[in-house]
Amino acid sequence: MKSDRLLEKNVAITGIGQSEVGRPSAKSAMALTIDACKEAIADAGLSRDDIDGVAAWPGDNNNGDAFSPVGPNALIGTLGLKVNWFGGGYEGPGPIAGIINGAMAIAAGLCNHVLVFRTITESSRRQVNKNAGALSNKTVGRDSSFFWQWYTPFNVVSGINLMAMYAQRHFHEYGTTEQQLAQIALTCRANAVHNEKAVFRTPLTMADYLDSRFISTPLRLLDCDVHCDASTAIILSRKEAARDGRNPPIRIEAIGSALHQPWSWDQIDLTGMAAKDSAKMLWQRTDYTPKDVGSAQLYDGFSILTLLWLEALGLCDKGQGGAFIEGGHRIALDGQLPINTNGGQLSGGRTHGLGYVHEACSQLWGRAALRQTRPHDVAVVAAGGGPLAGCVLLVKE
Amino acid sequence: MSRKLPALTAESQRFWQGGAERRLFIHRCQPCQRFFHPPAPVCPHCLSEEVAATAVSGRGQVATFTINHQAWTPQLDLPYVIAIIELDEQPGLRLVSNVINCEPAKVRIGMRVEVEFLQQEDIWLPLFVEERS
Repeated sequence: MKSDRLLEKNVAITGIGQSEVGRPSAKSAMALTIDACKEAIADAGLSRDDIDGVAAWPGDNNNGDAFSPVGPNALIGTLGLKVNWFGGGYEGPGPIAGIINGAMAIAAGLCNHVLVFRTITESSRRQVNKNAGALSNKTVGRDSSFFWQWYTPFNVVSGINLMAMYAQRHFHEYGTTEQQLAQIALTCRANAVHNEKAVFRTPLTMADYLDSRFISTPLRLLDCDVHCDASTAIILSRKEAARDGRNPPIRIEAIGSALHQPWSWDQIDLTGMAAKDSAKMLWQRTDYTPKDVGSAQLYDGFSILTLLWLEALGLCDKGQGGAFIEGGHRIALDGQLPINTNGGQLSGGRTHGLGYVHEACSQLWGRAALRQTRPHDVAVVAAGGGPLAGCVLLVKE
Repeated sequence: MSRKLPALTAESQRFWQGGAERRLFIHRCQPCQRFFHPPAPVCPHCLSEEVAATAVSGRGQVATFTINHQAWTPQLDLPYVIAIIELDEQPGLRLVSNVINCEPAKVRIGMRVEVEFLQQEDIWLPLFVEERS
């Protein structure tokens, strides 16, 4: 057994919370954050005074920028928390790094209940300035970023340009088609129809997909996630401290956080990304296998990334992602492997990382209402693209 | 159109300014003879610090590409091709660039290309055109 000696298994998710998902929201970034955090703390059956740790990715790494306007520093005083450990920051295993770091802090004995959160207000920002998120605007004057400087001089203005090249390579190597890739967007929309909080809920057809304009070939507008204003919060608890909560604890069965390649968007495996390292580590830390997974929440900042995660995690064979999702029936709510059951970020809204964890728990706890899948106890969450990659296997006790 | 230009460093200077002498420079490790990119003061394979910007043929092939259609900023001339070029010197020796002077719809993975420099201020951007046999 690879089981009990791995300390992440002593950590469980005990509560979840999420603000409104606005496009845009009238609330401030901090107000959204408080909504999510208070809901999560209450859901776990805890009080503010029980929280002794705070984790976020990426935290406030750019002075309140809409990508991540609130970090642990600001939240601690606002909520009157007394913490024994806290941490944020961009450099880590992608959008669910807060979950991974928080679990490590508990496993290391630094704290008992960690509040993990992620706030984003990119919809509000786009009302003011559509180009504010351009990669070329990340530095003033000459580009001195250790990685963007190798891309922005060639008019790589958005991350989609890099991830479109992964898609093109996958199409070339494995014969993946645009009609196959369409199933990620169509599945997310079909799920969003049943999610009252989703940003886009009008049903989509294959014709709608093929008619949507190219942004960066072969990726179209409907392959891109949708900006929103929202905050999501997750409570992690030491397992012994989790038993008295309201919800059956959801154990962190295994973590994938590996990077065995350069932190780069072009010097990595173009169809495996860092996801393949992260996913390999995950399965090395558990006796469960991909066949045990009842639902998968897989990052869809751009649709191609979901397909690459399906392969990286061994949920289908390498190169067979297109065939696996063809027709959409395998990945539908009633299929063998439901994915992105709340509409993902493509239709649900770009809550960026923790939204997937929130949805995985909703499914495991049977709270997903009209979008509830068949009951299951094992779910996988994976987030990130390119060199950003982190994943967790969740098991309801 | 003016582009976002990179800051010059001791390591990157020859890559960005080699075009002044019509040559593409890629860092190479002297002991293990492997090329690597982006340039750095140490070989990522053998950790030797005997590394130097070394002129390469400037020829290679398109490993993957995308045609950008989105007007992210008003200055962009649309559509344009971004590509990852794999250089002939070594399997997996790649850099991001543009394929220019070619109908975007004609660009293919595996297409043979060669470098052509575009000067902006003190930077010579290594762009790629279809190889002239």
